[in-house]
Amino acid sequence: MLPLLAVALVSAGALAFEVLLTRLFSIIQWHHFAYMIISIALLGYGASGAFLAVTGNRLRRHVGAAFAAGAILFAVSTVASFAVAERLPFNALAVIWEPRQLLYLLVLYLLFAVPFFCAATCIGLALVAFPERIGRTYRYDLVGASMGAIGLMLTLIVLFPNVALKVVALCGFLAAALAISVRETGVVRKRRAVGYATAAIAACAALPQSWTALQLSEYKGLSQTLLVPGVKVLAEEAGLYGLLTVVSSSTIPFRYAPGLSLSNSMEPPAQLGVFTDGDGLTVITAFDSRLEPLAYLDHTLAALPYHLLEKPEVLILGVGGGADVLLALLHRAPRIDAVELNPQLVRLVSKRFAEFAGRPYEQPGVRIHVAEARSFVAGSRDRYDLIQLPLLDSFATAAAGMHSLSESYIYTIEAFEQYLDHLRPGGYLAITRWLKLPPRDSLRLFATAVSALERRGIGDPGRHLALVRSWNTTTLLVKNGPLTGEDAAAIRRFAEERAFDLGFLRGVSREEANRFNVLDQYYFFDSAIALLGPQRKEFFRDYKFDVAPTTDDRPYFFDFFKWQALPELLERRTLGGAALLDWGYAVLVATLVQASVLALVLILTPLLWLGRQRPQAAALARWRIALYFIAIGFAFLFVEIASIQRFVLFLGHPVYAIPVVLCAFLFFAGLGSGFAPRLTARLDALQGLPAPGALIRLTGGEGRCGWVVRVRHPALALAVTGIVAAAVLHLVAAPSLFRWLIPLPDTLKIAVSLVLIAPLAFFMGLPFPLALVRVAAARPGLVPWAWGINGCASVLSAILAILLAMSLGFSAVLLIALGLYLVAAATLR
Amino acid sequence: MAQQDKITTIDLIRAILARNRAALAFGISLAAVVLGTSLVLLVSARLPVTAVQTELAAERAQMVTTMEAHAKQASTTLGRNYIAPEVLKAVSAVPRHEFVSDRLRGDAYADRPLPIGYGQTISQPFIVALMTDLVRVRPDDAVLEVGTGSGYQAAVLAHLARRVYTIEIVPGLADSAATRLQRLGYSNVVARTGDGYYGWEEAAPFDSIIVTAAASQIPPPLIRQLKPEGRMVIPVGAPFAVQYLVLVERDPDNGQVTTRQLLPVRFVPLASGGQ
Repeated sequence: MLPLLAVALVSAGALAFEVLLTRLFSIIQWHHFAYMIISIALLGYGASGAFLAVTGNRLRRHVGAAFAAGAILFAVSTVASFAVAERLPFNALAVIWEPRQLLYLLVLYLLFAVPFFCAATCIGLALVAFPERIGRTYRYDLVGASMGAIGLMLTLIVLFPNVALKVVALCGFLAAALAISVRETGVVRKRRAVGYATAAIAACAALPQSWTALQLSEYKGLSQTLLVPGVKVLAEEAGLYGLLTVVSSSTIPFRYAPGLSLSNSMEPPAQLGVFTDGDGLTVITAFDSRLEPLAYLDHTLAALPYHLLEKPEVLILGVGGGADVLLALLHRAPRIDAVELNPQLVRLVSKRFAEFAGRPYEQPGVRIHVAEARSFVAGSRDRYDLIQLPLLDSFATAAAGMHSLSESYIYTIEAFEQYLDHLRPGGYLAITRWLKLPPRDSLRLFATAVSALERRGIGDPGRHLALVRSWNTTTLLVKNGPLTGEDAAAIRRFAEERAFDLGFLRGVSREEANRFNVLDQYYFFDSAIALLGPQRKEFFRDYKFDVAPTTDDRPYFFDFFKWQALPELLERRTLGGAALLDWGYAVLVATLVQASVLALVLILTPLLWLGRQRPQAAALARWRIALYFIAIGFAFLFVEIASIQRFVLFLGHPVYAIPVVLCAFLFFAGLGSGFAPRLTARLDALQGLPAPGALIRLTGGEGRCGWVVRVRHPALALAVTGIVAAAVLHLVAAPSLFRWLIPLPDTLKIAVSLVLIAPLAFFMGLPFPLALVRVAAARPGLVPWAWGINGCASVLSAILAILLAMSLGFSAVLLIALGLYLVAAATLR
Repeated sequence: MAQQDKITTIDLIRAILARNRAALAFGISLAAVVLGTSLVLLVSARLPVTAVQTELAAERAQMVTTMEAHAKQASTTLGRNYIAPEVLKAVSAVPRHEFVSDRLRGDAYADRPLPIGYGQTISQPFIVALMTDLVRVRPDDAVLEVGTGSGYQAAVLAHLARRVYTIEIVPGLADSAATRLQRLGYSNVVARTGDGYYGWEEAAPFDSIIVTAAASQIPPPLIRQLKPEGRMVIPVGAPFAVQYLVLVERDPDNGQVTTRQLLPVRFVPLASGGQ
């Protein structure tokens, strides 16, 4: 007998490991290859199906021991794979120059596939060995995974990610301890269990910390800073928003001031560097209530709006180390609402380094809010003269397109509309970004502003916009109202004095837009004119980067990839072409291709062994099983991923919204799957027909046109109907419901989310066990095969869902998922 | 030749081991390794023209050919479709393989950046040539380099300028680069360890400045230390991926500082080619 708790523990460990790997990789490296490695390694799930198909019968005889061995191997390999990976000289940045790196990549795939393979083999074995309780096993699998998601989040609040790795390993060891402490009858030998568990905990605690000590890539900002003499780490904090490292530099100051004018001669005051995950520098600037040392800030591009407004009331969305609060204080803003997502960063500025930072958040008029920008704005009733979105990511991160796979809701058309709603008449929205050549971010922002203004019925958006650039940053101004002659004169004066260029301003000539920081083409001016005129569509089509505005349904602001430019950029990759390519999308496609080939191999290989088994008459055809499990594997993750996005926007704070939503999905799906056997039994009883066939009478329009349909699998039909109904409700009602409820406090919002997710997820838990029970009855040898197919499909669908969302949007992904569920239902009629 | 020697040694060891005479094999292999190492040392200590040097010269010539091909595509950046012949001559004269670790020597002349430790790289040869070309060094010039790295860029400049001043912030890199430059006989390069922000006041003003270390701002002292008609160049981008070059110039008449942002390659973002 195998305790289901052990299944849950392995499942929790596997999911936690998957999420943790993402965290660990983002600290030691910073590349999309991490995504690729994890996705491919997850095919260990698919491989377990093939493995069980071949060895299943032998392993079933010693199920307890086999399970325990798998769980122990899982535990050991989680720590070992990471320890070995850290010692491989893999350098993602050098991949285009060094084909050898691809070999390391291959090693990494294999390395991380081991833990996933072991975990999946354990769970698959539990499904294969006990066909009579497939529903319940799957329930423990899903509920375990949900606990893994939430448990890891809680663990990461207190533990460093490399220490959390031990906790993941512990899950595996405990599962093994439980598995070997159970008698055939199912009775747990308690003493033995406690003994083994103690040994497991001791083993994890005894693992040398040096094995998994985090070894940052030497190319990260923090690594390079630490080489400078006189640099000291003052604080290191683990947390959900990343690993924060505060660094002081006694001999060579940071002097961090992006967008600083070339005509400025002042040196910034002392600064402390704050690195997130070893990169993304933000600084805490020394402040002693005197404003004179801050005068250099007035020479940065971000100071522009303060030259158009008299003592403005300001909202700063994303204050980081607080530089923009100081800028507002310098300009004597009477009210400053500062919003920052990361509570730890706020604590560093306002508590731990309060003396150094000069308590900027306690200055008169300043209020600090720990919140996500969009939900803060949506929940606020205040109006401001200036809303600022400062530059927070590091240049290297932005330049390498590190965020191109992540959603960003602060730069969408809907976001801009909200910002405009919170501006007083004559107020400004100011957004600063790094300058890229050819321009990408700044053009997309410009296009977004144009669309948002048009949606508000403004006929000539160009009169509301100004784009100014320094040698390495751009600032876009959107005015709530047309820019006056005086405004234009002030912008010109500001730019002229600081040697900034007017990328776009109504009334400015082409030549005037290219004076101080000369570009070989009139990129900004010409693009702005095209975006404001009737050629906008052609411009979006012909521009070699995708700079069309993003929406909440397709919020990939940092993805500029277009297939059109790929051949040219690849051909000139050694001439700077590689630096212009948005690797995120390209890597995603490469991942999908590799994963598809591997999945196909994993799905087809077991057939070589299973080929000899002759099916009984009327048994399920293999193609039906394959199609069904592929369809529901894809559909489950499509729905899950598309829904997570909507809820993240609603809940704010992605770092806890994602685990909460993911946990809710898996948990309720788990409840659903455990209900599968009862549902089948009840429906069959209701119909008075022997399983698996049943008759359902469907009556439409007051019985006038009734018809009878023969449904061979009523439980499945019910599940799919439930899924479609709940998902359609989400599609139709959720957006307006969210808009209405977004000002609610977080706890209530979570409660609302749970209520909305529960029915959808519950029904989504049913199709897998319902069908697997049928497979177990009709062709038991194919159970592991089905398990493997489902595993492969889940991996592929997670990749494909993002690709589809990038080009079609989340609603489309959800609709495709519903189509797949219908296909599944039709396949297993 | 060194490469061939090693292969022979290994073959020898294999042949002997096959006869199960482990002790003898060990002795002979030890002797062979000692012999091989001393040979390598002798070769690197510049014996009269050897096959190795001929081979390296061929690789360097190939590197220059690649640069010339690249230059044809970089006409917007260079203002012409070739790199100045004196720059190419300087690049051909510098033994790039001396500036990388032994492990990477085989790739020294390849068309790519190479890691040099400390999270730094030696730039792709073409980028070095491009930056050198952009600052237009004349024989009588004093040039400042901020970010010595391996010292390769300084060595190239040393062939063109009267004097090269180079500053490196990371002591480990600064020391090895200084030793290397001295060993290779670059007597007109002066190196020091420290903060590049303030430039090199005693030797200022400079005809050209090359900043190879990434910076969020262009240090005002460096602009001040640039002669009125001087030129400064800064690469911008992530490690292993230069995105664009910033050329800083001063107007000799009014002192106004302007920059030019230059892509290493001609790339027109509009498919239709025009606006």
